[in-house]
Amino acid sequence: MDGVHDMGGMDGFGKVEPEPDEPVFHADWEARVMAMNRAMGAGGAWNIDMSRFAREALPPHVYLSSSYYKKWQLGMENNLIERGYVGADELAAGRALHPAKPLKRGKFTLESVARVMTRGSFTRPEQAPARFKVGDRVRCKNIHPATHTRLPRYVRGHVGLIERIQGCHVYPDSASLDHGDDPQWVYTVVFDGRELWGDDGDPTLKVSIEAFEPYLELVA
Amino acid sequence: MQLRVRALETILTEKGYVDPAALDAIIEAYETKIGPHNGARVIAKAWSDPAFKQELLADGSKAVAKLGHVSRVGDHLVAVENTPKLHNMVVCTLCSCYPWEVLGLPPVWYKAAPYRSRAVKDPRGVLGDFGVKLPADTEIRVWDSTAETRFLVLPMRPAGTDGWSEDKLATLVTRDSMIGTGLAKNPDGA
Repeated sequence: MDGVHDMGGMDGFGKVEPEPDEPVFHADWEARVMAMNRAMGAGGAWNIDMSRFAREALPPHVYLSSSYYKKWQLGMENNLIERGYVGADELAAGRALHPAKPLKRGKFTLESVARVMTRGSFTRPEQAPARFKVGDRVRCKNIHPATHTRLPRYVRGHVGLIERIQGCHVYPDSASLDHGDDPQWVYTVVFDGRELWGDDGDPTLKVSIEAFEPYLELVA
Repeated sequence: MQLRVRALETILTEKGYVDPAALDAIIEAYETKIGPHNGARVIAKAWSDPAFKQELLADGSKAVAKLGHVSRVGDHLVAVENTPKLHNMVVCTLCSCYPWEVLGLPPVWYKAAPYRSRAVKDPRGVLGDFGVKLPADTEIRVWDSTAETRFLVLPMRPAGTDGWSEDKLATLVTRDSMIGTGLAKNPDGA
């Protein structure tokens, strides 16, 4: 979706402000939000792309004015309601009112922790051979799906080179909608800065994205 | 937010979805075990051991897995090397993708709009916000983490560190130097 989350190249957000000796969390609740989100994901309530989509789908003014973990909390609440694990009435009451909908992989217990600490693999069996090879010139398609996509706006319509083939992975545009993995080849596509930003762009800059094959077309 | 988050945890616990002790264990791991010190060990080894460095650049996941790390890195870690001619920098313009397993949870600035918006367009300006100035002819390569591939920058080894042990070298490797918004520290502390 063409949301405010897709920030590459936008102006006006000001300077980057590194925080010296930054703590891992700035409040206890941030840690609980992070852990609950991981736990419910590990239990099978959602996948990482559904999690991202729920945050992107927050109203733009909410997205821009909420801290990172507040966005996680709001996205998680919406996902829990939408997927039937928690009722809006339960959130309002602050306690359970209805029987639980079983989690696909069951309750998240101490024995489950090791599983979330190991990052899962996103590699899946290929559906077809890779269409592009290293060195191919490709154009990013001019697409604007209203749903989740990982093709940022700032590269759409622009031409780059296939630099690496990263494997065949879960396709977020499908997985975010619960339509299955629909595995697609992932490529590192590198662009000249001036291809993206015009003649005023930094001549020493190159930018790459990780692009799923359906985002790309060959340039003859 | 404290109350709102506590209410949600109460509901998830009462409905039998999560054991709060398991949440504690996740948090403890990120607070104590998984952090940039893990990545620093990888970098220090790459600086000391040319064969390991080649393995790291060829297949980051495989090379790091061999170290028997506290946190396994999954399948999609790519290490990219800084040289006098090339400076790498990592961003996620769409959200906050970051190599958690080697660097821990990302800092607030990495997840915030100023960095995500400017890194791909004005990386020298962003580096300036970190007090880093590169030569005008250094090529800058920005890696936007738009899939599940994760990137770790292998910074340049500081001069004056010949003969240093891996443990000692690791003390020079900052988190920001592995994101590409900083350089490794010099032996004199600068």
